Parts: sequence; C-alpha cells; structure tokens
Amino acid sequence: MTMISPESRLELSGRARVFGDDINTDYIITSRRKRESLDPQILRQFLFEEVDPHFAASVEPGDILVAGNNFGCGSAMEVAVTAVLGSGVRAVLAPSFSRTYYRNAINNGLLPVICDTQGIREGHRLLVSHHEKMTVNNLTTGESITADSLPQIMLDIFQAGGLVPYFREHGDFRV
Amino acid sequence: MSEKILSAKSGKDCHAGHTVVCRVDCALGTDGSTPMALDYFEAMDAKRVCDPRRIVLALDHYAPAPSRATGLLHQRMRAFAALHGILLWDVGEGIGHQLIVESGRAWPGGLTVGGDSHAVTYGALNTFATGIGSSDLAAILACGRMWLRVPESIQVALVGRLPKGVYPKDIALALAGKLGADGAIYQALEFSGPGVAALDLEDRLVLSNFAVEMGAKNAIFPADDKTFEYLAQRAFLGNSLAPSQAVDPDPHASYVREIILDLDSLSPQVALPHKVDQVIKIQNEHEGARGTPVQMVYLGTCTGGRVRDFHQALAVLKAGGGVAAGIQLVVTPASRAVLEALSRDGTLAEFISMGAVIGTPGCGSCCGTCGAIPGDGVNVISTANRNFKGRMGNSNSAIYLASPASCAAAAVAGVIVDPREVLP
Repeated sequence: MTMISPESRLELSGRARVFGDDINTDYIITSRRKRESLDPQILRQFLFEEVDPHFAASVEPGDILVAGNNFGCGSAMEVAVTAVLGSGVRAVLAPSFSRTYYRNAINNGLLPVICDTQGIREGHRLLVSHHEKMTVNNLTTGESITADSLPQIMLDIFQAGGLVPYFREHGDFRV
Repeated sequence: MSEKILSAKSGKDCHAGHTVVCRVDCALGTDGSTPMALDYFEAMDAKRVCDPRRIVLALDHYAPAPSRATGLLHQRMRAFAALHGILLWDVGEGIGHQLIVESGRAWPGGLTVGGDSHAVTYGALNTFATGIGSSDLAAILACGRMWLRVPESIQVALVGRLPKGVYPKDIALALAGKLGADGAIYQALEFSGPGVAALDLEDRLVLSNFAVEMGAKNAIFPADDKTFEYLAQRAFLGNSLAPSQAVDPDPHASYVREIILDLDSLSPQVALPHKVDQVIKIQNEHEGARGTPVQMVYLGTCTGGRVRDFHQALAVLKAGGGVAAGIQLVVTPASRAVLEALSRDGTLAEFISMGAVIGTPGCGSCCGTCGAIPGDGVNVISTANRNFKGRMGNSNSAIYLASPASCAAAAVAGVIVDPREVLP
C-alpha cells in the first residue's frame, strides 16, 4: 500500500487513461455485475464496459485514471472503487468528484486528486507526488499542476492504507 | 441548518468547511451495500455492533432475489441481523429509504445516513441525511460514528404554487437542469420560501431525493406543521434514540448561491437520455421530446413510488381512456404500506385492469438488477431518478425521466406528451 505523510514523499507514476465529464459509478462498473460478485478480480474484467469496452483488456497496473468533472457520480456503490484498485490503478485525477466516490476512494487507499485535467491526453506519462503539497507533473508535456491537499483526517485514513487498517489500529475515529 | 445539526451531533461549534466526527442517530444498510460492509466489519476485527437499535437493514435492491448469488447475500444479511439483534426489512417490505421515513427513523434535527446515495431523501423531514459507502457503514456498525465535512449551503427558494398538471418531480427536474449534475457537489441544498408550505411531506421527499443527482451532499427542508403531522401518524422512534430538535436557518445565514424557482410558471419537464441534467420542457417541440414513441412506462422507485404518485398517474390514465396498445406499464410500489394503501382504495385493481405488471415493493427495475428489463431500442419513460445508459439493465435502451402524470400521459398516447393535453 502506498504510504504518505507530511514528512514522507508519495510518488506515483503511470500512464494517463482519459475519460470525460460525469462518469457515474454505473459506467465504472454496472450494478448488474456487482449483483453476481463483489470480487475486484472478477469485476475488473467489466470496468467501464458501457463507455470504453476496450479499457478492461488494456489497463495496466500503475495506470492513472484522468477524468472530467463529477467523477463517480450516481450510486454510492463501493465496488466502483475496489474494482478500479483491482485493475492495479492507484490514483484518479479529476477537477471534481462525487462526494461518495471521494470518500470511498480514501477509505480504500485509492488516491483521489482534485486538479485541472484539461491538458492531459490519453497515454501521457504522469507523476503524482505529495510532499507538503500535491503536485501532478505531466512528463510528456512538461506541465506541472498543483492539486488540492487532503484534509488531515482523510490523510490519516489514507496514510493508514484505508479505513480497515485505520480501524484495526485505532478502533474508532481519532481527531 | 446543516451546520446546526452537525454541531449538535459532533459536540463542536462547526461551520462550513470544517471536518467533524459525528454520532449517527440511525443508519440504513441495503443489500446493495451491506454485504461489502460486513466484509469490512470483519476485516476491522470488530466483534460487536456498537448500538444495534440505530442500525436497520433492507433487502430492496434484489427483491426478490433474481439469482443464487443474491440469494446468498440475503442469507448472510439475515444471519448477521439475527446474531446482532438488528431489525431487517425482508424482501417485499419495500425500499429502505421509504421504510426509514415510514417508520419514523428520520426526524427534525437528526442525523440519519444510508448505505445508498438516495439516503438524501430524509432531508425532507429536517434531518441531516446523506449517502455513504460500505466502508463507512462498517465503521458506523463498529463505533456508531462517521466523519463529515460540513457543507456550504445553496438556498433554493420556492415561490408560488404548482399549476394543474405540474408536479414536484417537475420542480426536481427543472432544478437539475438549472444546477447541472455537478452543480451542488459537496454542498447542501436548503429549501425555503413560501412555496414550501404548499408542498406536502411526500412532495418534499421527491425534491430531497433528487438532490444527489446534482451532486449535493444533503438537502434539507425546514420543519413545519406538515412535518410534525406526518411524524405524528407514524410510530415515531426519534425520541427513544435522540431528541427531535427542529432546526431553522439563521436570519443571516450565508449561502454560496441563491436560486429562486417560480412554481407558477413551471411546466412539465423531461430529462433526456442519458443525462439527468439534460432537462427540457415537454411542450418544447423544437428540442424533440414531445412525440417520441415509448414502449415501456415505469412507475415506482424511491422518488416516484408513493401513494400520491400512483394516484396522479391513475387520474391521467383514466382521463385518457387507459394504456395504448404496445405499451408495457410497470407499477412498483415503494413499500408494502404503499401497496396495501393502493389495494384498499381500489387503485391497484384499476392498474391491473389496464394491463399493468405489478412488481414487488422495492427498487425494482430502477438499477437493472431485477424486475422488468427493457429490450433493444426500447424507449422507457420512468418516474425514477437516473437515466444513465444501461441503468435499467440494457445499454441499448433509452430512459426518459418525468413526473408520474407525464409518464401516464405517455402510456395513454404511446408517445411523450404534456399531461395537460390528457387531463380534463
């Protein structure tokens, strides 16, 4: 699990996989797939089947999802996060997220990065780093984008590796 | 109002932008979210449920179970509920959100959440209500608390009265069109204005339910006589769990945005496939909704499956002489209580005589997991809240969203029409 803290550096690099605005959780993984299995390794085969039928076969561990506004809108279903993690993706970049997707991402150790994604194209090489502030470097274009930092409680949960390890350690929320 | 409730529930004087940990008054888990929550609960090494009185589970998304896998999920939930002394609403009882409201588990000033995005519905009762995922639900099972960022508020002032043939769903759709699917992300919708008093509680549920389609964290109405009358008719559980404490907006409350909706000038609306915020007036012929043929008409869901929704639809069907040939009309009451009420007053018999298919109270076809699934090339007009591509289980169909009356008018005409063309 990726670890970050105010002192330690987080660095994630990977290839951009680009989507548009308003990608809802049913588009990430449909409810009817979830009905039959909750296993991320099964669900990953059906990722984005409604909007990008070739995605599931072409995703590689380390790829970074790059989206438009309102990523993860619609249903609060958490498989829309765990199926993405199951494919080896560790970060999602978008100018805005639905709040349930954002929460679920933090709680499972998928890094949601709020930033301007307009200049990022399919296949660009990206480096997401966090030391003091969150930055996205587009290694293909040389552009550097500053992103919103995580509030403390979310940082703590993410740093622990998600809500499960956080609870195993603390047994409750610590503020 | 949201700040006041979250201050009370966190024990801190909090304001928009703060992140606080709150005690949850009541939490709902559905068969869509609970099985995964139980995985997280076990992985957390949690042994007991913090306060079983505050948890309730509903088998509503797969009702009745359409496969072996979903049958096993139901078995697991029943066993967990029995072991921990948690109330479980079994298959056929209805949609969890409707049952939370019917059973008095959302009340003024309370904090009720649900493992499903449409938990925002309970805000109609002056409750802070929001949707959560499975991991948050597991944490609430374990410790009874959750963290929340206090939202900024958007004031939605309703003025005037709805004209004949125009319904609360038309307000909700118009608002979605105005704000957009991301127009209220992380924010609270706070309804106000003289138009609120004219809306019954069931009408307000339609508006609060739709708030999540604009990205809102929650939607909240002020409490008034109609709120307390509605609660008085129910087994009000609020005071046994936490005191009911209605909240009002401060006279100088600050809002990030103020929207005024004039109900007098509103006309029937429709959301076009496949976006909830692509909303136009039905009567606007240039943009191409009126006259669109439909093959399936769906009446139901947590926004359009209550008694008055079916009454409004039936009035249009009767005025228009019934269902046109070639239309499949599907009726799915939101709860057993709704089904019983429709059975008692004869509404159900009228729907059956018109050839309607009656579904099990629950989420039905709304998210394509059970119930009637449309065929290829089929246009559906539905009282639901989502029209994403493939939402009802077939990506080769198209979903239009409209009021119960507008859906019924389409059933009469076989094409999308303004219900005022059918009503006497």
